[in-house]
Amino acid sequence: MPKDITLTIDGQTVTAPAGTLVVDAAKRIGINIPVFCYHPKLEPVGMCRMCLVEIGRPVIDRTTNNPVFEADGKPKIQFGPKLETACTTPISEGMVVVGLSDKVKAARKDVLEFLLTSHPLDCPICDKGGECPLQNQTLEYGSADSRFLLDEKMRLSKHVPLGDLIFLDRERCIQCARCVRFQTEIVDDPVIGFYNRGRKLEIITDSQPGFDSIFSGNTTDICPVGALTTADFRFGARPWEMNNAASLCTHCPVGCNTTINVRREAKTGGNVSIKRIMPRQNETVNEIWMCDKGRFAYHFADSPDRLKNPLIRKGSELFQTTWTEALSAASEKIKQAGSGLVTLASGRLTNEDIYNLRKLTETQGGTFIGYSRMAGGEIVNRFGMLPGSNLGDLGKDSVIVVVSSDLHEEAPIWWLRVREAVKRGAVLISISIRPTRLDKIAAKTLRVEPGREALAVDAILTGDMADIVKQAKHLLVFYGSDGLGRKATGQLAAACARLLETSGHARRINSGLIPVWERGNTQGLWDMGAHPADQIVERIASARVLLVAGADPANDDPMMERALEKTEFLIVQDLFATATARKADIVFPVLAFTEREGTYTSGERRVQRFYPAVPAPEGLKADYEIAAEMGAELGLALESSAASLVFQQLAAEIPQYSGLTYPLLAKTSDQWPIVGRPDVYFGGTSYANRQGLGIHLPLLPLEDFEIPSGDLDMSLHPDAHELAVYPVTRLLDRGITVTTSPLLASRLAQADLFIHPATARKMFLNADMQVMLPVDGAAYPVRIVLDETVPEGAALIPRSAGVPIHEPQVAQVAPPVGDHASRVRS
Amino acid sequence: MNEFFVQNTEAIQKILSAYPAGNKRPAVMPLLYLAQRTNGFIQKKTLDEIAEILEITPTEVASIVGFYTLYHDEPGGRYHLQVCTDLPCALRGADRFLQDLCDNLGIKVGETTADGLITIEEVKCLAGCHHAPLFQVQGDGDISYHEDQTVDAAMQLIAELKKKAAEREGTNA
Amino acid sequence: MSAYILYRHRDIPNLNQLDVYQKNGGFEAIKKAIKTMSPAAVLNEVKDSGLRGRGGAGFPTGMKWSFLPGNLWPHYVVANADESEPGTFKDREILESNPFQFLEGLMLAAYAVQANDAYIYLRGEFWQIARRLDTCIEELYAEGLLGDKLFGTKYSLRLHTHLGAGAYICGEETALLESIEGHLGQPRLRPPFPATFGLFGKPTVINNVETLTNLPPIIEKGAAWFKTLGTEKSPGVKIFSLSGCVNKPGNYELPLGTTFRELIFTHGGGIPDGRTIKAIMSAGASSVIVPADDRALDTPMDYESTQANLNAPLGSASVIILDDSVNMAWLVNKTVHFFRHESCGKCTPCREGTYWMSHLTRRIAAGEAAPDDIDLLNIVARQMQGKCLCALGEFSTMAVTSGIEKFRADFEKLVNH
Ligand SMILES: Cc1cc2nc3c(=O)[nH]c(=O)nc-3n(C[C@H](O)[C@H](O)[C@H](O)COP(=O)(O)O)c2cc1C
Ligand code: SF4
Ligand code: FES
Repeated sequence: MPKDITLTIDGQTVTAPAGTLVVDAAKRIGINIPVFCYHPKLEPVGMCRMCLVEIGRPVIDRTTNNPVFEADGKPKIQFGPKLETACTTPISEGMVVVGLSDKVKAARKDVLEFLLTSHPLDCPICDKGGECPLQNQTLEYGSADSRFLLDEKMRLSKHVPLGDLIFLDRERCIQCARCVRFQTEIVDDPVIGFYNRGRKLEIITDSQPGFDSIFSGNTTDICPVGALTTADFRFGARPWEMNNAASLCTHCPVGCNTTINVRREAKTGGNVSIKRIMPRQNETVNEIWMCDKGRFAYHFADSPDRLKNPLIRKGSELFQTTWTEALSAASEKIKQAGSGLVTLASGRLTNEDIYNLRKLTETQGGTFIGYSRMAGGEIVNRFGMLPGSNLGDLGKDSVIVVVSSDLHEEAPIWWLRVREAVKRGAVLISISIRPTRLDKIAAKTLRVEPGREALAVDAILTGDMADIVKQAKHLLVFYGSDGLGRKATGQLAAACARLLETSGHARRINSGLIPVWERGNTQGLWDMGAHPADQIVERIASARVLLVAGADPANDDPMMERALEKTEFLIVQDLFATATARKADIVFPVLAFTEREGTYTSGERRVQRFYPAVPAPEGLKADYEIAAEMGAELGLALESSAASLVFQQLAAEIPQYSGLTYPLLAKTSDQWPIVGRPDVYFGGTSYANRQGLGIHLPLLPLEDFEIPSGDLDMSLHPDAHELAVYPVTRLLDRGITVTTSPLLASRLAQADLFIHPATARKMFLNADMQVMLPVDGAAYPVRIVLDETVPEGAALIPRSAGVPIHEPQVAQVAPPVGDHASRVRS
Repeated sequence: MNEFFVQNTEAIQKILSAYPAGNKRPAVMPLLYLAQRTNGFIQKKTLDEIAEILEITPTEVASIVGFYTLYHDEPGGRYHLQVCTDLPCALRGADRFLQDLCDNLGIKVGETTADGLITIEEVKCLAGCHHAPLFQVQGDGDISYHEDQTVDAAMQLIAELKKKAAEREGTNA
Repeated sequence: MSAYILYRHRDIPNLNQLDVYQKNGGFEAIKKAIKTMSPAAVLNEVKDSGLRGRGGAGFPTGMKWSFLPGNLWPHYVVANADESEPGTFKDREILESNPFQFLEGLMLAAYAVQANDAYIYLRGEFWQIARRLDTCIEELYAEGLLGDKLFGTKYSLRLHTHLGAGAYICGEETALLESIEGHLGQPRLRPPFPATFGLFGKPTVINNVETLTNLPPIIEKGAAWFKTLGTEKSPGVKIFSLSGCVNKPGNYELPLGTTFRELIFTHGGGIPDGRTIKAIMSAGASSVIVPADDRALDTPMDYESTQANLNAPLGSASVIILDDSVNMAWLVNKTVHFFRHESCGKCTPCREGTYWMSHLTRRIAAGEAAPDDIDLLNIVARQMQGKCLCALGEFSTMAVTSGIEKFRADFEKLVNH
């Protein structure tokens, strides 16, 4: 812990840890020193000169090394001849900072006048108007009239697309370099930069596609003026016209805290619509960042294709029906099915939904299955992070192992936070079948043969990193499903738990296992008791009633699709008419996360709460409500009136959740650095978190638990003419929640098969060739892409990009000639 | 394939060896000179190739090109004739000299002669104030100083440059 | 033998050839240092000599070297051959005509701080000079004067040239380091200073070409000899670059403490066309404008006297002479445009201030300004002062505020058209 230092700022005494900058020490006591270039998350540069203050330091007698005192007994303070930048000067003992003198005020006025000489002052039509530090400073320090001749102002282009997502207004830019520094320092994508110099400095990008970074949206938050705007929000609304709701990102297991801004609009018939989604400060989860998928892929919620009424099958067609009819038909079937009821629930659902669905299923004696391609949740619940752990605390004396996960693609904010930890001194060991962006920051990269990942994890403690791992104070292990099927991920989780246990890190603070689940609430599935099951195809086929919620097996796997044909009666709860819903006998339309409340549990096992952002559309119900209402027809007493009440029930029943309540989840406390409080922050957008930091779950006891063991070698052995095909995850896949956001369309993963050029030569395949890829008895057209990072003999295919592939498998790809294509899906 | 690297492998490796191992970025300025020497200006393709060699982004390379005035990312004349008109030179008639030279060539400052040979530019102090008027000629991968100039002498030099360019074309053909 | 210390080539033909330089005592100093002196002894000799940096700031050279921490390695030495201040052209002559003495000086500095790699940062316009230096360096390797295990000791040294590409700001030492590292030439925040966090983040000494060229004679002849030249606080000789309205502009190597009068009238041949001298700028375009009265002309040119008498720094001693035909509003327009062109753009006051001033000075010089614009110009300049990140921004205001203060009539003549 750095030592504490005491100083005075504008007459008030403040104590802060050594290393704190004057500007941040001032914030602690509510004193706002204006800044533009400074941002507490970025290295200080001291270039805008807005934060100039007078700084005095105690005079030290060089001979005795003691402070010199004035006649009145106070320490003698010496002020420098020049003003100093509060944003770059660390505090020191006895320092006296004056931020309110005439000299300082004059300097602020001067610097502000300089900034405004070339600024267009187009606040009335600016997206940042109302949350703009420059505008606020101008109100405080600006003068009413300009001494600068209007026609000598720089005239620059105002609508420069830096890419599909971000627009630049060159006139508004004040050259603070926050965006450039963010891209360089925080996310290591230096794809925007300055061009030219002096007053001609301007932001450019030279990347293909433009501003090619999955974190680009964050620059629009930290831009202290309205120079950077998202294509999504641009001209959308004025900040003060909008209401906001605390929410969560549902796309990945990180669980970024977000704020949803909404406005009532004429163009949607007076309805409230979402204008933008922004990060909400949670220093233990996402700090103040989020990735572009979370920021832009929310339009599925306002898609016109959403289901609006319950549907019921009559013959070969689905017809609209009433809730009453649909509910009673469904419950009638469920009652008849008894233990023939099988429920598939996915990690897209909230804890409340999953809980009610489980209750409904269990009371009928049915089978409740967590629909997930990954295993290991029961291990995570015992070897996960302890409450109080924080990725932000990892640094020197920490080791982080990431195995089989391209974190940058699968859980971008975890990648960012691992990178920050490495910058603070953490040692990263990256284990994967192919290079990922982690390799660049890894102290050790272990390239393993596909299928032998768990063996590699087991070998860590006998390898050259063994001592470093054992001696580390913290050991954090991420495991994912890059190229792995369900069984293999289970073995991997077990291997990781063994590593933690053997190295002595199990169940210690800032140590443990983090699963890179494929959905936002897969952890909730495990916690609520929905485990993935073996023989799912058979179970689907033999179900008397299959209830599918938040999942689309027909689209995921041709074997499941065929099995669904055999299911006696199919009930689906979904937002859209998915392939599975189209096969259903009854379809219930559900509310999107923006229209309701609930909780999700992140991969770190933090339970977090989200709130409705827009009113629930007429005629739709939340998943938990539907389950409860079906239950009611069966005589079950499940909560249907409020998610908070469901939560009460589940907290009473599930030990880890015991004692948790909605009000507890809504609690907040002071966060450092201060970036959320609008009164002392000039970051631009407000990240204030007033609606909950979430609660970290305790671990389940270890008694009676044994880490499973089994055959760890899962490698495939293709013949010479075959390929081993491995599914991998891409951030922007073609899932329904992503494809409904037109802005991201050009960046979506394609149905491409990535192979090494040597493999291609051997198999007589060429780049860009269209071939048929057989998967579980069907065949799909894919394009060959040559990629030297793919292991030889293997082929990688992005998940959810048009080819339904769940498990790694051996396949014989064929050029699309003759009738190799056994069955082509349209 | 990185054509720029293939064509200049030896030179590039020599440049890289001047900087600490593992730190390639300092080579960006020398590589840009190398690129400019071959084409007279820095083409986007070469810029991308330099970025690839140095393992930095094209944007970072473009930033360097934009900041430093001796790099050109657009084709200009084959030779950039850059006259210093800064204070000490101006005190010794540099502004006048520039004007007369332009009049003689029939172009304005910043323009290129119709044959594409000469672009006339005005530059800041060249560290030759005691030999004003002076200019430098940037082209063919070289920068040469021409001091104590008169318009006649400059026109003669231009004639020589023209001859030189023609000869080069001849030998190249 | 030569009467010159730095410009010995003026007496010795072909001194830029290695054999000629060696025949005239070249590389004796570095041999003496490496073979017979400890690095600390070299450093102390330089400290004792009282040599001060010739790049502008006049900081004591030996003291600068002594700031390098002994527990952080490697160390680097960088020669500042950016020479871009308008009116400065002294280093170029050394580099062209006496390059080996400069290189030997650089080697001495490197040995003193135990650097194994030294870089020479030249402005891009010095393309041909750089190529010639490269050849010189090759010759030194071939002669065994550079490279591994010099003169049978464990000490190794490599020299490298690095060309800038047209940016005055890269003369500022931290911008220079950024430029070598392949970044925009924008100054760094200080602290940390280059002595602890310099090139590639390592302890670094940065010295001007002329400063370094002084080193071989100091090591050869000793600190005591050096102190016999110049003044007590500013020992040694200095090269004065004389330019502007003077009969014989050029470089003059003279003892520090020589008066302006002697430089201009004895050496520089006085003012041409029977005109009278009106003002002097002592440190190039960055200087204040000093009215050339007797007090000014009789001021000795050393670091203390110009500051004390004229409130003007000696800087790099680039003396620009202005005669009575020069209107100071015209002059200020020239200097301001220079700084506007060269501002790196990193900090607000300089980026916006030079831009704003350039509009005002243009209008004033063109006779399009209103009388109020003179005061506004003065205000804008003062508004920049004390707020910029580096000295360039401050430099840009020097001629403006002093020009308006001392020669307001020149400005008024143009606005009251
Ligand atoms: C804007 C600016 C430009 C400078 N230009 C040069 C230059 O061209 N050459 C030089 O030697 N020093 C220049 N300096 C001074 C250097 O920053 C530095 O003080 C000097 O190289 C140190 O060497 P010395 O101690 O040997 O004088 C400049 C300083 C500033 C602020
Ligand atoms: S004063 Fe500021 S803008 Fe000017 S050169 Fe220095 S850092 Fe750059
Ligand atoms: S200089 Fe301190 S905030 Fe910009």
